[in-house]
Amino acid sequence: MGTRTYPRKTSHSEPGPGDGGRTGSWRVARPVIDPQVCTPSRRGVPSCFICWLYCPDGVISRTVPPKIDYEYCKGCGICAEECPTKAISMVDEACFIEEGRDTT
Amino acid sequence: MKDTIDIRWHGRGGQGAITAAKIVAKAMFSLGYEGVAMIPTFGTERRGAPVFSSLKISRRKIYDLSPIERPDIVVVLDHVLMEEADITSGLKEGGLLVINSPCSLESYHADGRKVAVCNVTALATRAGLPAGVVNTGIIGAFARASGLAGLDLLTEVIEEEFKGRKPEANALAARLAYEHTIVGG
Amino acid sequence: MSSHIIESGNTAAALGVKLCRVQVIAAYPITPQTPLTEKLSELVDSQEMEAQYIPVESEHSALAVCIAASSTGARAFTATSANGLLYMHEQIHWAAGARLPLVMCVVNRGVGAPWTIWNDHQDSISQRDTGWIQLYVNDHQQIIDGVIKAYRLAESVMIPVMVCYDGYLLSHTHMPFEVPSQEAVDSFLPPYRPDYALDPKRPANLNTVTLPDTRVDTEGRTAHGYMEIRSLLHEDLQRAVEVYQDVEAGFRDTFGRGGEALFEHYRCEDAEYVAVALGSLSHNLRDVVDTLREAGVPAGVMSIHLYRPFPARQIASFLSPAKGVIVFEKALSYGYEGALCSDIKAALLTHARSRADLPFVHNYILGLGGREIKTSQLVEAMTASCKAGAASHDGVRWIGLKL
Repeated sequence: MGTRTYPRKTSHSEPGPGDGGRTGSWRVARPVIDPQVCTPSRRGVPSCFICWLYCPDGVISRTVPPKIDYEYCKGCGICAEECPTKAISMVDEACFIEEGRDTT
Repeated sequence: MKDTIDIRWHGRGGQGAITAAKIVAKAMFSLGYEGVAMIPTFGTERRGAPVFSSLKISRRKIYDLSPIERPDIVVVLDHVLMEEADITSGLKEGGLLVINSPCSLESYHADGRKVAVCNVTALATRAGLPAGVVNTGIIGAFARASGLAGLDLLTEVIEEEFKGRKPEANALAARLAYEHTIVGG
Repeated sequence: MSSHIIESGNTAAALGVKLCRVQVIAAYPITPQTPLTEKLSELVDSQEMEAQYIPVESEHSALAVCIAASSTGARAFTATSANGLLYMHEQIHWAAGARLPLVMCVVNRGVGAPWTIWNDHQDSISQRDTGWIQLYVNDHQQIIDGVIKAYRLAESVMIPVMVCYDGYLLSHTHMPFEVPSQEAVDSFLPPYRPDYALDPKRPANLNTVTLPDTRVDTEGRTAHGYMEIRSLLHEDLQRAVEVYQDVEAGFRDTFGRGGEALFEHYRCEDAEYVAVALGSLSHNLRDVVDTLREAGVPAGVMSIHLYRPFPARQIASFLSPAKGVIVFEKALSYGYEGALCSDIKAALLTHARSRADLPFVHNYILGLGGREIKTSQLVEAMTASCKAGAASHDGVRWIGLKL
């Protein structure tokens, strides 16, 4: 099936999950937010959101608490690097495989 | 009237030879010459450097935009140019040479060509223009010597072209020059 | 009401831009720029024209600004010449790939090294493979009309258009031309309403990196890869040949002049020898043809308006009955021959009815860096080619060369 009927003449993307496919499977380390340390989580008011701002894939929500969409998070670790309170840690994805199996 | 008239204008960069030629072009166009083309010399126009402009006038559209080699009329805005460049090059037998000069008609010899002389520089100052503005005065001399376009028409175009830039003084310069132009045989 | 005025070619272009109600003008104002953009800045400053005039620090930025403006749905314009055009080169490709209906006047000048500011066609000819439409015009009327038609064409096929006219010979020469009325231009060229425009309320990343293959987008549709996007550009460029003929017909209906979209021709009906050129040189060649006709040589001249897309079929069928085609060019594909000459040969080979009696094609290079072109030289060259026929023409010949 060709692309002749595709409605655009060029390439483009809009913010939103999934433009590069289900990239969550690319992850080798998973960012995990510690709500005791994360500023908006701890204070319960909209604040900081440095992780939301820096996430190149737009998979962190601007909410209290911030949520990460693991379906698309590639595990780049920028959020953990930028978090001013070091609330995000990158955890080896292998730790979650067993957990995944348990649920199926 | 002739079908084509080629007029070459010689001046210095900044002197306004192009504007002068443009004014004559507009007048001739209004007289029914459908083809007029004013082709400046294609140079890096630097103030004071010798420049020339080709004004081609024709009953039909002009297709050849190369510089005039065989002019019917040569107009010189600064008589000193006569010593610097071959101003009369290619001027047709029986052609006309119009010079802004303080010198007498007798001091110019142009075998077989008609010469007209006018001290436009002095007359333009008398008309109230700043020293050295000669491009409207020379049109008066041109009109008198060539008879191609009436003085009234030319001063009308001058006033339009110089709207907001001393239109009356510029038109007066042309009128004074018209009156004081001496045309040789 | 339309009116006749006597002004420079640059003024003709500026008035065309004004009549098209261009909304954004970006330009680099210094050499090799021409007074065209000065005129536009005056029109904007005096509020005769409602537009954003954005002076920039380079031609590269000028086109980048136009690309951005056009992406938001604005009608945008820039102009340049020579090395300025070459400095834009990356953005020139980009504008075409991004399918933005920009119009740019290229005031043709030679390119350095060594420095020259005078006329030839090397600047725009060297941009022929960028995916832009290239129109070459021959006089002031065609400049102002060309700008107006260019916007209509660009916005019909979503491809940018260069309107190319000769530096000095047209840009600085004063000639009479008719300035159409605003009402007539408005009826011919409605406001630009793009299918898609960048909107801050709906952020998007345009012309994102493509992969070698197609891919599935967020909505599950198969989106183009690089090759599909580029192939569509080519398809739409080729379609532009027909579209431009419609634009020209519409222009003639509205304004009562024009009518020759792809090329114009003079005394070609029974011509055995046809001179071909771009720009004002083709008008000089009319006088040459008249001289040759008086001497009994059945000559004509063809002036190509639409150079890219190249209307190969139409040009070949027009030229193939001739005995000889003599191509005069102010540009050179160094190491081979004039690009137009190669294009014409290829067109004849592809589209001529019979390969047995293809016309011979001679190529003259002239006027580089503003070298004066005398009518007498053109007459001599044409006469020599007509006499020599297919026999003795190997590679390019130079006119006016003093080596």
